[in-house]
Amino acid sequence: MSDLTHLTIAGALKGLENKDFTAKELTQAHITASEAAKDLNCYVTETYDLALAQAANSDERRAAGNAGALDGIPLAIKDLFCTKGVQTTACSHILEGFVPQYESTVTANLFADGVVMLGKANLDEFAMGSSNTTSYFGNCINPWKTSDGADRTPGGSSGGSASAVAARIAMGATGTDTGGSIRQPASFCGISGIKPTYGRCSRWGTVAFASSLDQAGCFARTVEDNALILRSMAGHDPKDSTSADRPVPDFLSALSGDVKGLKIGIPKEYRVDGMPKDIEALWEQGIEWLKDGGAEIVDVSLPHTKYALPTYYIIAPAEASSNLARYDGVRYGLRAAEHENLNEMYKKTRGEGFGDEIKRRIMIGTYVLSAGYYDAYYIKAQKVRRLISDDFTKAYEQCDVLLAPTAPSSAFVIGENEDDPVKMYLNDVFTVPASMAGLPAMSVPGGLDSQGLPLGLQIIGRAWDEETVFKVARSIERAANFTALPQTLIKKAA
Amino acid sequence: MAQLIQGETGEWEMVIGMEVHAQVIAKSKLFSGASTQFGAEPNTQVSLVDAAMPGMLPVLNEYVVEQAVRTGLGLNSKINNVSVFERKNYFYPDLPQGYQISQFQHPIVGEGIIEIDLPDGTVKEIGVTRLHLEQDAGKSVHDQHPTKSFVDLNRSGCALMEIVSEPDIRGPEEAAAYLSKLRMILRYLGTCDGNMEEGSMRADVNISVRKPGGPLGTRAEIKNVNSVKAVQMAIEYEARRQIEILEDGGQIVQETRLWDPNKGVTRSMRSKEEAHDYRYFPDPDLLPLHVSNDQIESIRATLPELPDVKKHRFMQEYGLSLYDSSVLIAEQARADYFETVANDNDAKLAANWVINELLGILNKNDKALAESPVSAAQLGGLIKLIADDTISGKIAKDVFAEMYASGKDASAIVEEKGLKQVTDTGAIEAVVDEVIAENPDNVAAYRSGKDKLFGFFVGQVMKKMQGKANPAAVNELLKKKLGGR
Repeated sequence: MSDLTHLTIAGALKGLENKDFTAKELTQAHITASEAAKDLNCYVTETYDLALAQAANSDERRAAGNAGALDGIPLAIKDLFCTKGVQTTACSHILEGFVPQYESTVTANLFADGVVMLGKANLDEFAMGSSNTTSYFGNCINPWKTSDGADRTPGGSSGGSASAVAARIAMGATGTDTGGSIRQPASFCGISGIKPTYGRCSRWGTVAFASSLDQAGCFARTVEDNALILRSMAGHDPKDSTSADRPVPDFLSALSGDVKGLKIGIPKEYRVDGMPKDIEALWEQGIEWLKDGGAEIVDVSLPHTKYALPTYYIIAPAEASSNLARYDGVRYGLRAAEHENLNEMYKKTRGEGFGDEIKRRIMIGTYVLSAGYYDAYYIKAQKVRRLISDDFTKAYEQCDVLLAPTAPSSAFVIGENEDDPVKMYLNDVFTVPASMAGLPAMSVPGGLDSQGLPLGLQIIGRAWDEETVFKVARSIERAANFTALPQTLIKKAA
Repeated sequence: MAQLIQGETGEWEMVIGMEVHAQVIAKSKLFSGASTQFGAEPNTQVSLVDAAMPGMLPVLNEYVVEQAVRTGLGLNSKINNVSVFERKNYFYPDLPQGYQISQFQHPIVGEGIIEIDLPDGTVKEIGVTRLHLEQDAGKSVHDQHPTKSFVDLNRSGCALMEIVSEPDIRGPEEAAAYLSKLRMILRYLGTCDGNMEEGSMRADVNISVRKPGGPLGTRAEIKNVNSVKAVQMAIEYEARRQIEILEDGGQIVQETRLWDPNKGVTRSMRSKEEAHDYRYFPDPDLLPLHVSNDQIESIRATLPELPDVKKHRFMQEYGLSLYDSSVLIAEQARADYFETVANDNDAKLAANWVINELLGILNKNDKALAESPVSAAQLGGLIKLIADDTISGKIAKDVFAEMYASGKDASAIVEEKGLKQVTDTGAIEAVVDEVIAENPDNVAAYRSGKDKLFGFFVGQVMKKMQGKANPAAVNELLKKKLGGR
C-alpha cells in the first residue's frame, strides 16, 4: 500500500471517490511512512490517533455522500497554526506545552473541508530562519542528498512541511511565508509551494512573526494540489482586519497551463553577481519553456530590488519585537522557575525561552524602533517598501507575471551559513521583494543542479491574481516534467 | 481669574495642562467582544484577544469610534478623517500584549475648546489639544497573597478616550472647573459615565510655575489624582513645592510624580531619564481608520443640547439667573426634570422649588434625582396649586413633604386633608373678630403703637383656621378691624 503515499491529492480524491481505498487506509499509509522517516524530524507533534479518527469520520461522510472538497486527505500542519486541543509551539521553548483552546481560521477551514492532520510540522523558531535550524526541537532534514550523504537543510522556515511533502509522508502541508518561508523550502525540497496575496488567508490563530508580511500558504507535489489546498484555506475572515473581503476565485479553472499571449517579465535586477550557473541556466530554460508555450518575454526593471533585503530586516524584526512581547511567562507557556522579582522573571523566562536568532531579531527590532533611530530606520524602511511595491506596479504595466529563480542556491548542508547571520539572510534575496509588496508568488521545481539537488523557479503575480500564477506554474510544471525522487526514497525502494 | 501664589520673591503663576482618561460607554471592548460591565468577578470578562493569546488579532469596535466622534463634536473639535492606531510598547503583567494599542501621531480628534465657568461668574476658554482612543490595561492586585501578585484582566482592552488640554489652566479652581465641565459634557453626550471613584474617569496633571508673563518653567506630571478635590489639592501642594525649590535657588526636575491622597503630598515616581522609550509604531494588525464627513454629520445630528447652550437658553427662555441656570443644567436629567416642572407653570417658581425644596431634600437623604419619589409632573401639579391660590406657599411645603413621603399627587393630598385655602372673607372675618375679642390687652397695645403685634394676630387667625386662610385676606381684614376703631 506504500504507493498510496505517492499519489497526488487530486489522484487520491479520485481513488477515495471510486472506493479504491478508504481515507483510513490512506492515512495509515502516511502514518507508516512517517514512522519510517522519523529521522527527518518533520513533525514536532505527531497526531496519528487524531488523524485516524478524522479519517474514520471522513469515510463515514463520504459513504453518506457528504464529502468535503479535501475529505480524507492527510496533511502536515506547520506548528505555527494554533490547533484546538493540540500542542502548538512555533518550535519555541517558550511555548512548549501550550495547548490552544481555539482553532486557527486556516486549519478550521481545512478541517471543514475534511482534511486529516497527521502532525504539527517542524519550523524555524517563530518562523525566523531559512534552514529550520533555529527550531527548539532540532533541525528538520531534507530527504534530498548528494553523493556525500550529508544531511541537508529542507530550507525554512516551513522546513518540516516541505520535507514531509517531499518525503511522501504527507500529501500536502500548510506553511507560512513572511520573506520566503514557503517558496525557498519548496525549491530546496523539489516540490511546489505558493504564498498567496497578503490578505488572501486569515492570520487569525496563526502565531505572529511580522504581521504586515505573514501570509499562510501551502505545499504539495503538484500545482493542481496546491490549488486544491489553497482554495480550502483561503477566504475573508472578519476576525482579521487585514484579511481581504473578496471572493476566492476557482483556482482549479486556472490550471490549463495555456500561457499563449501572456507577457512574462524577466526582472534584470535578479541577475545577481555570483549566482550559480545551474540556477542561471534553469532560469533561461524556464524562459524557453514559456516562449515555447506561446508567451511573450519582456525585460523589466525593479530598480529598488537591492534594498528589499535590508529593508525587510528592519520591518520584520521591528514587528517581531512587539509581537513577541506577549511571551512574558505571565499567562501561558514557559515561566522560568526561580526569580526574585518581576524583572527577573521576565529576563529569565525570555532568556531561557527564546533561541539566539529570536533574541537577535528582537534586539534589532527594538533598536530600529527606539527613540532617535525610528526615523532613520523604520520610517525610511517603510518609504523604501513603498518604492519596492511601486516597482512591481510599474513592471505589471508591461507584463502579466514575473519569472525568477526562487533561491540563490540549492539545499545546503546543515550547519553551513550558521557562522554569519547575513549569509543566512541572503537566502531570501529573491523571495523578499514579493513579500514586501504583498504579492502572490509560487515556486515550482524546474530541475536538478549538477549535484542532483532540486531547484525551483519562482512566478510572481499581480495582487489577487493567483490564477495567472497557477497558470504559468502549471505550464512550467508540464514542460519541466520533474519526476526525480529524493535519494532517501530511492534507497528505501531499493 | 488666574490665582496667583504669593512667594517670598513675589507672585507666581501656575501653568497647568490636563490629560483625562475617560472610559468609553460601550457594551464591548475596543478590539474585542468581551463585556465592559463594571464589578464582575475577576477574569470573567476576558476574550482570547484581551488575554493576548498567540495568534489573536484586534478588530475595531465601530460603536466606540462613533462615541469618540460624538465626544469630539461635543468638545467643538476637529474630527480627523484618517487616524492611525499605533502600538505603545512596554512590559507589565496587566498588559497582556506587551503593548497598548493607542493613537499617537494621528489621533481621531484634533483641536477643540471647552468653556469653563468660574466661581465669579466669568467664562474662560480652555483649548483641547487632541482626543485619542486607546486600550485600558488590566489590574494588578498585590494585597491578596504574601508572595504573589494577582492579575485581573476584566478591564484589559476596554476603550479609553485620552483627552489632552492645552496648558491654559491657571490654578486649582480652573482645573476643578475644567474637570467638572468636561465630565458634564461627557455625561450629556453619554460617552463616559464620569465616575471617578470607579476609575472610569482619571486625570493626570501637568504643572509648572513661573513669574506672571515670564517664560514657561519645567513641568512635573502628577498621576493618580482621582477626584476633583484631589486635583485641587495636588495642584496646590505641587505648585508650592516647586515655588519653594525655585525660591531657594534650585531647579525643577522634569519627572512623573504620584499624588498620595493619604499624606496629601506628591512624590517622585520616575525621572525623565528613567522614562520609558515606548517605541511607538503603527499597529500592522489594523488598517488606518477612516471616518467620512457623512458619518461625522450623521453623528452630529444625534447630539443632544449641550450644557452651555442649555444654560443660555434657560436664562433667556425662562428668565432664570446665571446661578439657577448653572445648577439646573449640571445634569441632563435635572434640566429635563426642571423643564417638565416649568411646563405651563411659573418658571422662576419652578426653578426655586426644584433647586431649594426637591434637591434640598434629595441631598439630605443622599438620593439621586432618578430616585425621587416625587415626579416632575407631580411637582408641576403642586406648583399649579400655589399659582391658582388653591394653597398657600406655606401649606405647599407641608404638602410637598407628604408627597415625598407617600408619592401621592398634590391635589389628592390637599383634598384628603382638607388643605384648600379659605378665601371666603366672611369666614375669615368671623375668625378675625373672634381673635380680637379674645385678646383685648394685645389689641389695646397694638392700637397704642406696638405695630409688631400685627404678626401675633395673623398667627392666631391662621392657627384657628389650620393655616388654610388666604394670607392676603387675613392681612387686609386684620388691618381694617384693628385700625378701624
